[in-house]
Amino acid sequence: MKSKANKKQSLGINIFKQSVGSISRRSFFKYMGTGIATYIVWSDVFVASALQVNEKQLKFPDQDLISSWIHISPAGDITVFTGKVEIGQNIRTSLSQVVAEELFVAPGAINMIMGDTGLTPYDRGTYGSLTTLQISPILRKAAANLREILVEEAQKTWKIEASNLFLRDGMVIDPMANKMLGYGDLVKGKQLLRKVNKNVKTIAPKEWKVAGHSIPKINGKDFITGKHRYVSDMVLPGMVFGRVLRPPAYGAKLLDADTSQAEKIPGVNVVREGDFIGVTAADTLTVAIALASIESSWDRSTPMQRSELFKHLVDTAAEKKTVSEAVGQAFERADIKVDKSFEIDYIAHVPLETRAGLASWKNGHLEVWAGTQRPFGLHEELQKIFDLPVDSIRVYVPDTGSGYGGKQTSEVGVEAARLSKHVGKPVKICWTREEEFKWAYFRPAGVIQVRASLTNGKISSWELHNYNSGSAGIDFPYSGAKEHLEFHRSSSPLRQGSYRALSSTANVFAMESIVNDLAIGSGEDPLQFRLRHLENPRLTAVVKAAAQAFDWERQKSQDNIGYGMACGTVKGGFVATFVEIEVERKTRKLIVRDVVTAFECGVIINPRHLESQVTGCVLQGLGGALFEAVDFKDGNLTNASLTSYRVPRFKDAPKMRVILLNREDLPSSGAGEAPIVCIAPALRNAIHNASGVKLYKLPMLPSGIVPDNT
Amino acid sequence: MKVSVNNKEYSVEVTNNPSLLEVLRDQFDLTGTKYGCGEGACGACKVLVNGIPTPACITPVTSVSGKKVVTIEGLAENGELHPVQKVLLEEDVFQCSYCASGMIITAAALLKQQPTANVQELIDGLNGNICRCCTYPAIINALKKLSQKEGEK
Repeated sequence: MKSKANKKQSLGINIFKQSVGSISRRSFFKYMGTGIATYIVWSDVFVASALQVNEKQLKFPDQDLISSWIHISPAGDITVFTGKVEIGQNIRTSLSQVVAEELFVAPGAINMIMGDTGLTPYDRGTYGSLTTLQISPILRKAAANLREILVEEAQKTWKIEASNLFLRDGMVIDPMANKMLGYGDLVKGKQLLRKVNKNVKTIAPKEWKVAGHSIPKINGKDFITGKHRYVSDMVLPGMVFGRVLRPPAYGAKLLDADTSQAEKIPGVNVVREGDFIGVTAADTLTVAIALASIESSWDRSTPMQRSELFKHLVDTAAEKKTVSEAVGQAFERADIKVDKSFEIDYIAHVPLETRAGLASWKNGHLEVWAGTQRPFGLHEELQKIFDLPVDSIRVYVPDTGSGYGGKQTSEVGVEAARLSKHVGKPVKICWTREEEFKWAYFRPAGVIQVRASLTNGKISSWELHNYNSGSAGIDFPYSGAKEHLEFHRSSSPLRQGSYRALSSTANVFAMESIVNDLAIGSGEDPLQFRLRHLENPRLTAVVKAAAQAFDWERQKSQDNIGYGMACGTVKGGFVATFVEIEVERKTRKLIVRDVVTAFECGVIINPRHLESQVTGCVLQGLGGALFEAVDFKDGNLTNASLTSYRVPRFKDAPKMRVILLNREDLPSSGAGEAPIVCIAPALRNAIHNASGVKLYKLPMLPSGIVPDNT
Repeated sequence: MKVSVNNKEYSVEVTNNPSLLEVLRDQFDLTGTKYGCGEGACGACKVLVNGIPTPACITPVTSVSGKKVVTIEGLAENGELHPVQKVLLEEDVFQCSYCASGMIITAAALLKQQPTANVQELIDGLNGNICRCCTYPAIINALKKLSQKEGEK
């Protein structure tokens, strides 16, 4: 049992000679040869979902489509096929763990085939914290089914009915007769494909020996020796490098282009298809020179300026729904009223690996390697653009240099395919950092208006309008108020899309700021106020855990120190963050002294990796909270580089503690998003606590200096 | 022109004055060194030039003539991982790991210079390296183990 994860996905080893789109039940053994396998269809996945996911994912074209399967070969190799992709969440490890647990093997024995449209079943994409929520539990069941089949096969082989057989290290063992057989030997010559039995008994979390433990990143060594090839590192025989001509500003239309100078450079090919102009050359430098030698002129539209952004978002919003009389009256009659508006800037994902795509055409077949969160989305796009049958395309996503929601599209895969088709060679395109900033997409900017009130110490009305940034995380977790929650679509001047936790960060920022202000306005401790109003015991539990670890009641050592807190629940994760900050006396510089985050997302599959996700979320969130913002002027980004767009660095990381609550009685949810939402409001409330200054913008302090209230 | 990388002599095509990063990746297929920003601001492309961590993306290859370049591929000795690689692997710090090569190169040079570096010195020395997954605390904790062990000697 020493099959190595990832081995079948490495470059140049195609276990199938041609792309097959997605393997069907009927064709299964044509491709897999022999062995046994269990499969899951999408309707199983949705039914098994512990959480009602209030999103489009539930509408699925064909619920009987296979979602994933696990196969055991006569060589004893255990292979999992899933369309999910690894972009740093370490799901290759966590999914291996749950399968290994049920099959009594080491996690390294699981071969995970991920994000390969020729091999893995259809998947919408890796986003929305859905892998651990939906795929992990059902893979556990598929593996448990396999375990049962293995036992049945052993019973048949040994002609016994004994039920005391057990599994260990890839063997089925009969302790009475002192016999054992390897999984490979048990499946030899067989062709067994079974749909998952959802009622199968899985191993209880308290019995877990592999799942629930801090198993290190699978293939970790390849990443610290430089051996792993991200798409940007891949090389195919005869491959050339490509670049694409970009407009000088958003919305600019190409008038004219002179490519004659570029064409004169030896080895350079210029490709022109309508307004699309690309170049290829044998190396990165030559292709950059070729691109720079193209003379082009453009018709620029009248762009919007950043200074007009927030007014524009409100002005272009869909008409407001009528706020019910009950909400209006509760507000009018209240003791304490707050009516405030928040402004949220666009921010960029800045994945350290910029978008990269590699394409190769052979006899009308197209193969594309791309770092994308939606391999099947790219597959469908390629099918449309190049008018190809589904099985003439194969998209691969090797483990990718991060995404954070920013790689749901794959323009670069399409661009590489286009250039490759013209030049008749494999083409690789790696976007420059500037292209990644300008031509990807951003976390939406937004305006959030909140009108809220307090009557007799209780929240009596809550009215929240989110313009443009989104409805995720808009739900109000506190009891008693007459509510009006509304998301208004607006026209966004910049291209926007998904981001870690989407708009939850903005909505929770507004919500937790106002709730904090209401508490303080009524003279109550913000922690006690929240505990009195919170409805969900899981949220209460993380608040209490963080408060205790932070020691909320402790005396401040100096009067320029502030404590702040916030809590929230997003996508099945429950989070509370408490911070201590200092406003330096002379300079008014903000110093973040301590951050405590408590998080709970059901039973923990890998404590070390969960802690890492929580830490990563909080620190990435700290960037958006304090200083990250996309700046633009005259239709162009003015900070499209890492010297001008600031992301958190080592020096920005404060003292941090993460407390993980393990609920062995509850199914796991994802953790790559929820823990990001509380750092901004916790900081904001701490700044208020220290200085009396209330901030209503994200980012709050691009200069790092707390404004003077006096 | 000839360049020494990981104790091996390579012939380089220097037309158009390529950067060391372009040469390592395109000409030598040493892709462990990554492109991150192209302006020496993120640390992903750092290599050792005569032992000094240097952003390869803004270093003309002609400037390393006669010098010794070490990339992530050449850090292990006699099949033994470098102690920095070992401790980061053991402590399981990375998420997407794209920053790992530059981070390891920088930390290896830092700890060679200051074997008993304290936390603040580690932070100062690594501040030029971005980990966008923000695994910073785990990286510092892992490296601290190395420098503390060195301090106890």
